[in-house]
Amino acid sequence: MKHTFSVLVENKPGVLSRVAGLFSGRGFNIESLCVAETLDSELSLITLVTRGDEQIIEQINKQLNKLINVLKVVDVSEGDFVEREMVLVKVKAEGNTRAEVLRMADIFRGKIVDVSPREYTIELTGDENKIKAVLELLRPLGIKEVARTGTIAMPRSKKMP
Amino acid sequence: MKLTGAQILIECLKKEGVDLIFGFPGGAVIDIYDELMKSSIRHVLVRHEQAAVHAADAYARVTGKVGVVLVTSGPGATNTVTGIASAYGDSIPVVVMTGQVPTKLIGNDAFQEVDIVGITRPCTKHNYLVKSVKDVAQTVREAFHLARSGRPGPVLMDLPKDVMVDRTEFKYPETISMRTYNPTYGAHVGQIEKAGKLIVQSSRPVLYVGGGIIASNAAAELTGLATLAQIPTTATLMGLGGFPGTHPLWMGMLGMHGTYCSNMAVANCDLLIAVGARFDDRVTGKLDAFASHAKIIHIDIDPTSISKNVRVDVPIVADCKNALGKLVTFLKREKDINWKEKHEEWLAQVRDWDKKHPLSYKEEKGVIKPQYVVEKLYELTKGKAIITTEVGQNQMWAAQFYKFAEPRSLMTSGGLGVMGYGFPAAIGAQLAAPDRIVIDIAGDGSIQMNIQEMATAMEQRLPVKIAILNNQYLGMVRQWQELFYGKRYAATSMATAPDFVKLAEAYGAVGLRATKPEEVVPVIKKALKTPNLVIMEFVIPHEEKVYPMVPAGKATTEMLLV
Repeated sequence: MKHTFSVLVENKPGVLSRVAGLFSGRGFNIESLCVAETLDSELSLITLVTRGDEQIIEQINKQLNKLINVLKVVDVSEGDFVEREMVLVKVKAEGNTRAEVLRMADIFRGKIVDVSPREYTIELTGDENKIKAVLELLRPLGIKEVARTGTIAMPRSKKMP
Repeated sequence: MKLTGAQILIECLKKEGVDLIFGFPGGAVIDIYDELMKSSIRHVLVRHEQAAVHAADAYARVTGKVGVVLVTSGPGATNTVTGIASAYGDSIPVVVMTGQVPTKLIGNDAFQEVDIVGITRPCTKHNYLVKSVKDVAQTVREAFHLARSGRPGPVLMDLPKDVMVDRTEFKYPETISMRTYNPTYGAHVGQIEKAGKLIVQSSRPVLYVGGGIIASNAAAELTGLATLAQIPTTATLMGLGGFPGTHPLWMGMLGMHGTYCSNMAVANCDLLIAVGARFDDRVTGKLDAFASHAKIIHIDIDPTSISKNVRVDVPIVADCKNALGKLVTFLKREKDINWKEKHEEWLAQVRDWDKKHPLSYKEEKGVIKPQYVVEKLYELTKGKAIITTEVGQNQMWAAQFYKFAEPRSLMTSGGLGVMGYGFPAAIGAQLAAPDRIVIDIAGDGSIQMNIQEMATAMEQRLPVKIAILNNQYLGMVRQWQELFYGKRYAATSMATAPDFVKLAEAYGAVGLRATKPEEVVPVIKKALKTPNLVIMEFVIPHEEKVYPMVPAGKATTEMLLV
């Protein structure tokens, strides 16, 4: 099963390598990894997507917690959460398809961020399913290049009753 | 007054209570050695950096303090990796200081440069590259704190040459608090109650203890619990000595070369109380068949060890001493229970298993059996020696036939299984306990892995005794080849070897050899009386095997017996 972890770590050299090494050393795969500084410049937030059965996920959680530079580990997928990924897609846009690409971008609330006589580059954000759907629809039109950020996630705020 | 990085380092080491360092100098650490020479800290020059870590490891095990190592950059640093990995496998507090090329050369493939922080990341509890002289004191403080607290382990500090030369004001951080590191020591009361209730409900309990018992100095609490609730007790290799080997409730080691009694008891118990042990594959054998009818209580300071290999009913994340103490207090409230009566049937069954298949070996006329040698070592030292072992058959015979009465009396590379561990460990142990008899029980293969440390032992005037059980083979691998590979002894012959008696003499030590059973006792007696480094060589049969044995992947009840 897919799990999304938020890992709050010290913003120091080598910390990401420790986190990644923990996975590679155990033969676990990281499907997606995003890292950036938090409001506190001494800390960074890692969003990490991985897969495994209950026992593997429990181990991953504990092993992450065990790392000396790790402050907090939250398996956000255990509760309600929001996730987003950003993707840049360069799509062939010539003749008849030029309008079609624009329509697609519009339907998925994408933004054209670069235009050339033969291509559009579209910026899109959304959860994994949305990104997947867009890419599938754009593929027949001719995707030339894709750059994805990987998932970032956050637990949803608790609603007042 | 401003001090250099090297001066600060030495001052910090003194503050941390370091009185002994094992090391080997080199260009990158000359400044540190120069300061070390002026200090009161004793330095033991080894002949190979791997040995420095093993010696520091054993020094830590005997004293309960942090073992300290100082080596140079590049090859000096990489040579420590096996020692570090061994200390990591066995959770031993060691601080390793490696020299590094000047900061401006880092990453330039400079002479004797290696990314030792990268290399040792997976086998240290934590490691540091110290990039500024301003960070030296804080890093040393953190390194020692990490090494000795929580689940202990090795910590590495990589020290660039220019950082050791630069100057700054020295301020030692008297207190330490790390935002991201807070080990849990105290056992949760609710969990203790759950565990206590399970013990009360059980009729066939077993205590299974590991190295955590020794690390947390919990032997008295363990004996207290076992005796109070009349629970038969077994231990891993790392846990030997944590429970008296002569106690009526002692069943012997469990696992691949454990006793019939221990393995049967674990297979048939209804409650397994695992304390400071981690369900290693050498202990559990086939997982599905391990304690398959039992509820499991697991006490460990490291949450990652809990439910890693087996599902646990009551997890208790805590220091073993604290948790066992609380369990004893809880059970003492159960005044109505007559524990002896309650477990009478179970203990009778355990004793019956023990009687049916005790640890034994077949004596043969005119042939020295290795088990006999270990028995005699036990008798003639009255069980009071510190035993170190190499790895393989020698290690298992030592574990089986020397009855360890006290904690911190067996030093062995349990987790990583390092051949060449025992002799440097004996050096570390002898330095830690100058008045004790220290014996390295070795094989002829293993001893050759760090034999160069004879020079270290001689230089330090250490009367270590090395007992080589010489079967002219890498015995344990040969045993597997014999049993499972149709006696195809691929690359396990050690027939070409030095004359160990002459080798001892070449170093100025004493060499003794026994080729007949009647020579064993005189050789040991002579060695024990000799105030010098001694090699005792016991010529044993090529094909002697370690029994019982659980073949890899089998259930622990499927033992091959003598």
